[in-house]
Amino acid sequence: MSYPSDTSIVVEDVTKTFTLRYHRTFKQVSVALLKGRDLSDTFNALDDVSFTVKQGESIGLMGLNGSGKSTLLKLVNGIMKPDSGTVLTRGRIAGLIATGAGFHPQLTGRENVYLNAAVLGMSERETARKFDDIIEFAEIGRHLDAPVGNYSSGQFARLGFAVAVHVDSDIFLADEVLAVGDRPFKKKCMEKMQEIRDSGRTLFYVSHAAASVRKMCDRVIVLENGKVGFDGAVNAGIKYLKYEDENPDNDPDDMGDLDEELGADI
Amino acid sequence: MTEHVPVAEQPLAPPSASNGLLGVFGRRYLLRLLVRREISARYQGSFLGLLWSYINPLSQFFIFWFVMGKIIGMGDKAENYPVHVFAGLIIVHFFVETFNAGTRSIVRNKALVKKMAMPREMFPVASMLVSLFHVGPQLVILLVACLATGWAPDPVGMVAGLLALGIVMFLGTSLALLFSTANVFFRDFSSAVSIMTNFVRFGVPMIYPYTLVADRFAGHTELYLANPIADAVLLMQRAFWTGTTDDPAATALVHLPDHLLSRGAIALGASVVMLVIAQLVFSRLENKIPERL
Repeated sequence: MSYPSDTSIVVEDVTKTFTLRYHRTFKQVSVALLKGRDLSDTFNALDDVSFTVKQGESIGLMGLNGSGKSTLLKLVNGIMKPDSGTVLTRGRIAGLIATGAGFHPQLTGRENVYLNAAVLGMSERETARKFDDIIEFAEIGRHLDAPVGNYSSGQFARLGFAVAVHVDSDIFLADEVLAVGDRPFKKKCMEKMQEIRDSGRTLFYVSHAAASVRKMCDRVIVLENGKVGFDGAVNAGIKYLKYEDENPDNDPDDMGDLDEELGADI
Repeated sequence: MTEHVPVAEQPLAPPSASNGLLGVFGRRYLLRLLVRREISARYQGSFLGLLWSYINPLSQFFIFWFVMGKIIGMGDKAENYPVHVFAGLIIVHFFVETFNAGTRSIVRNKALVKKMAMPREMFPVASMLVSLFHVGPQLVILLVACLATGWAPDPVGMVAGLLALGIVMFLGTSLALLFSTANVFFRDFSSAVSIMTNFVRFGVPMIYPYTLVADRFAGHTELYLANPIADAVLLMQRAFWTGTTDDPAATALVHLPDHLLSRGAIALGASVVMLVIAQLVFSRLENKIPERL
């Protein structure tokens, strides 16, 4: 099957099954066998999910806890492979599901920036070129040469975020991004994400916060128990989720609601 | 890794495209950083730092030399017994370290494996390279001891030494690949591996000379030599130990099995085949790794 040249992400008939393990140890397995109980059980985290995304679209991925959002993001990111169906992407993927992944607590901030950037697919030259921007964005000052194990959780998250947003990517995935960090930093992050969106990259934004989805996204996909429950316009999607009444007087273009956007994003 | 290419010029492809070990060498820069992280993290906050990688093998060497050589009296059975032991110890140490650290590598790098799309073969391979890095200081000690006892390099010996290291690199990586996935499913494997590696020390002609095997295990030496690590140890002794004895040619004839180099070549070939098999198994199981971690 062929897709138009501006297709960024294709998810087609994707099913991902997880195994629930009731019994793991030798003792438990033998007892279960004797009593004739099931040794394991499976469930579909994603069930026949299909959609395509055009380059430059920004998608708000919504749904209740456990509806398969993170699994879908992991499939798009390539961490997992679907059990059936296909996932195709175009270009380099970066994102905030991996902030700080691979940070080694005993290494310094500087060493970790290089390592983390390499994990995200940046070359040595590219990292060196962006190093100052990354450090400036992270605002960790002279802690740069201290082991990240001694960082506060906010500093840790900031450094991870700073590296991730400086990767030249075509697809940007953001999963519950702003859980850590103080208000000024959150604000800065939101601005950076908007900048990413406006630069024509595909944005995939997972959030429970209706306000920030409204601000960031031009399309909403709602997952319900691993199935696509809704795929379409932002406001209709939020209505579909019945998140609306939680934020009754929300004007989509009102910048003054930043507090609420950020607050709800935790 | 190349610089960023405009998106329109890139094809739609599965994001998880990982081409196994080849993919690992496509990302050499990341591999280098992972190896460096491993090495510098190990000695961070330590006063002696890298010196420890000399101290550890040296201490083991003194134990074997004193207990086995002096107290049990193995020293009389082989000329220059300390060199005999140390040449073997380098190979055994390299293998055991690769096998042990490699088996734990994926579980230990959980945070990365669960969050990033990258060839997961990266971690076992990095463990092997870290172990290889530690071979360096040990080779320096061995060389000093060899030169002090009148050793001079010879071409056949060098080939033997390279074969020995090659066997351990390939076999170690293949076992690390296999057991690192197994360890994701059942953590029992890392315990099983440390028991298995205990046998390695005694299954190779390191603390006893090969002549002893040929004498007491006569008729079954082929079985003994089917162990690639035993071949690697013998090759290492051909590279360093025989040259330190009074009559290298006679020592090689008496203390080493015949056709040693061809045995080594076969063992290397078998290790490469093993690596291919390990890669196939790894690719099959890899899908389930992130959800089982």
